[in-house]
Amino acid sequence: MATQHSRSAARFMMAPAVILLLGWMLVPLVMTLFFSFKKYLPLRGDSMANGLEWVGFENYVRFISSSSFWPSISATLIIVGGVLLITVVFGIALALLLDQPMWGQGIVRILVIAPFFVMPTVSALLWKNMFMDPVNGFFAHMLKSVGMQPIEFLSQHSLLSIITIVSWQWLPFATLILLTATQSLDGEQLEAAEMDGASWPSRFIHIILPHLSRAITVVILIQTIFLLGIFAEIFVTTGGAFGTKTLTYLIYQRVLESQNVGLGSAGGVYAIILANIVAIFLMRIVGKNLDA
Amino acid sequence: MGRITLKQVTKTFGDVNVIPPLDLEINDGEFVVFVGPSGCGKSTLLRLIAGLEDVTSGVIEIDGTDATHLPPAKRGLAMVFQSYALYPHMSVRKNIAFPLKMAGIDQQAIEEKVTSAAKVLNLTDYLERRPGQLSGGQRQRVAIGRAIVREPEAFLFDEPLSNLDAALRVNMRLEISQLHQDLATTMIYVTHDQVEAMTMADKIVVLQAGIIEQVGSPLELYNSPANQFVAGFIGSPKMNFIGGKTAAEHKAETIGVRPEHFILSDKKSAGAWEARIGVAEHLGSDTFFHVDAGDKGILTVRAIGEMGLRHGDKCWITPDKNRIHRFTADGKTIGK
Amino acid sequence: MARAVTPRRKALNTAIAWIIGLLIFFPIIWVFVLSFKAEGDAIKAPLEVLSSPWTLESYSVVQERSDYFKHFWNSVILSVGSTFLGLLVAVPAAWAMAFVPGKRTKDILMWMLSTKMLPAVGVLYPIYLLFIQLGLLDSRLGLVVVLMLINLPIIIWMLYTYFREIPGEILEAARMDGATLRSEILYILTPMAVPGIASTLLLNVILAWNEAFWTLNLTAANASPLTAFIASYSSPEGLFYAKLSAASVMAIAPILIMGWFSQKQLVRGLTFGAVK
Repeated sequence: MATQHSRSAARFMMAPAVILLLGWMLVPLVMTLFFSFKKYLPLRGDSMANGLEWVGFENYVRFISSSSFWPSISATLIIVGGVLLITVVFGIALALLLDQPMWGQGIVRILVIAPFFVMPTVSALLWKNMFMDPVNGFFAHMLKSVGMQPIEFLSQHSLLSIITIVSWQWLPFATLILLTATQSLDGEQLEAAEMDGASWPSRFIHIILPHLSRAITVVILIQTIFLLGIFAEIFVTTGGAFGTKTLTYLIYQRVLESQNVGLGSAGGVYAIILANIVAIFLMRIVGKNLDA
Repeated sequence: MGRITLKQVTKTFGDVNVIPPLDLEINDGEFVVFVGPSGCGKSTLLRLIAGLEDVTSGVIEIDGTDATHLPPAKRGLAMVFQSYALYPHMSVRKNIAFPLKMAGIDQQAIEEKVTSAAKVLNLTDYLERRPGQLSGGQRQRVAIGRAIVREPEAFLFDEPLSNLDAALRVNMRLEISQLHQDLATTMIYVTHDQVEAMTMADKIVVLQAGIIEQVGSPLELYNSPANQFVAGFIGSPKMNFIGGKTAAEHKAETIGVRPEHFILSDKKSAGAWEARIGVAEHLGSDTFFHVDAGDKGILTVRAIGEMGLRHGDKCWITPDKNRIHRFTADGKTIGK
Repeated sequence: MARAVTPRRKALNTAIAWIIGLLIFFPIIWVFVLSFKAEGDAIKAPLEVLSSPWTLESYSVVQERSDYFKHFWNSVILSVGSTFLGLLVAVPAAWAMAFVPGKRTKDILMWMLSTKMLPAVGVLYPIYLLFIQLGLLDSRLGLVVVLMLINLPIIIWMLYTYFREIPGEILEAARMDGATLRSEILYILTPMAVPGIASTLLLNVILAWNEAFWTLNLTAANASPLTAFIASYSSPEGLFYAKLSAASVMAIAPILIMGWFSQKQLVRGLTFGAVK
């Protein structure tokens, strides 16, 4: 519903955004692909100027056959899946609770969303030292006061600890979206169901949950985008030790710590493929569920 | 001057042909109403004239110059939208002044024009309010005010009264007609309501599926509809259509008689059709009886005032011989 | 669900909600408490911590040691700069998508969003090399551009959803009234979308403020914002809880305060405009 004139104006208006994002996507992508087929160890004197040795798929084979590869994939999936599960389940519970009439609703809402404003480096440091530290941490003090052994959270329960930290950061987001969706639920629908004799669990399953499905989709979509790339939380807490090396972190180590750009780039390509699989999967759901 | 000519104008959306080749001539100062059922292309036609949509082919001339490819702002037309489309963040004054500001007119002149438009439209007391603080009728007037300050070649109205309640609609109808009298500017008005069309138009364009079924003055359309569609669309309640044997007696496939062209009686007379009274709608001044006329079907008949007839009573109805419309099988009117 | 409830039920709701809210908020309170303690006291058991004397010492030490204000200004420049630059690019694009939608608009939007899924680490080295080539490493300009690019899809998406709530007829009316594209966007669309734009702006300032991959990897001494300032406290140096807490409070306080004052827009923005 528009004229030729406005359509060409629209193209013109979209051009900067499209060109910038296309460049942002393509230039590094092409370079990463290029490096992934090369031997490129800057510390051993390899450089673009001297020309890089073509090694075919060697980097790809080495990256995938490295003993850290599959554990990194599973660590990534466990962290993303764990955080999604916790934030969605608790998010729904919190949203339903906050939707009830109460005193000081606004303040409680601020308390609940506050962790979202805490930068990831701060929240990682805070949990690592002030709470999870086995000697001086808050939890250690609490356990000692009831005569129990302090737990070494980040080394013995490393994945769970990281999931806890990240969930704390993302629960506010999930809660808020789900709360917004809950508030738009038509009260008469619930009352009608109650009149029809539906019990609370069946009202929850047949009315509340379907109503929230779109919001849940949004939560999963947006969180996955951010969670696949979590970095600071691992960088600060375990540095990738104790089985918390995600794919992101593994690549980071290959590229920046061991300065093997070729190998890291091959890993980057794997990460991009993984992200695309997830993306296609998500876009399918979203395409159905979002009227974007 | 506001003469608008459409020559062989077509519009397709994707594969859908909304307007087949269409010719139309709108004279300066005319009040033209596009009327038709929803989806007949009347709004699209208006938007083509406004320049909010491109024509697929054909030429639109305004005052003899080709305006087909001019952007909306350059066509010298003003439009009043169905939703009024007021700028919610601006006061009434700023809303009305906006087109003048866009035209780069100096502040002094803007002030004068806004003041005089406000006076004409009874908006003087509301100039500092936001559209959100106005009633539907007031909003409508602001939208009209925004259109008249530009002194356009022609006004375009896209179903402007459909968001108003019935009483206000009658008022605004009169106001717009009055405005047309005062300004004597071309107005093109789109509506699906044939009452609006009949009461306001100098010239009515009846559209169906993008095709112009008939163009003419309200009484021309009422008295001599070009086809069965126009006959059924214009007039309220609808014209009765009767087929079969009765139509054949008049050498037609279908005949049509308006409810007001029957004489209803409880006594039998020559040429009268026997019928039985069904549901009656009492309007006080008139009564509409839905009568069952046997093989002629259910007919609507108007009677003036009240009649002593009740549901189930036997009655006789006589069609006015000079007011029987005859149609061919494909809906064309057969001349007298 | 506007149903009357008994006061007892309401009191119960209130109690549960407040307990949960305070539990979630507790880590932030605790850091705040620790930041006002001496190092020796900060590592004690919670009850002893509370009864120990209060001091501002840690704050002055932190400022002396790592020049908080320099990092603070870097954070402000990076987050605000990247957000404004992003809005400048996104407003026209979102206008086009919302009001002149074509067959491929939805695909383009999804594609834009999918660039957010491109793992940053996969392209870190190329960007790193490009930054060295262009002399942008450890520069604010380079980081402003990168932060703008990573948040651009979200800015566009949010603006798009807000713009779609504005009836197209109003923009058409402006066009009929003789507005050029520039005045249509400047005088009609933007003022009408102010709440949506404000939400977008706030959320993206926060996302940029908290961004901790590119800011850690592409800056050194010069352009490093508060994320890097905090990360410098990650290596343990004996008893440092109080200083770390003070630094943390200083890093998150600006955003918490901003969030407090702009709660309404922020809550709206936090839903990314995707849920109503």
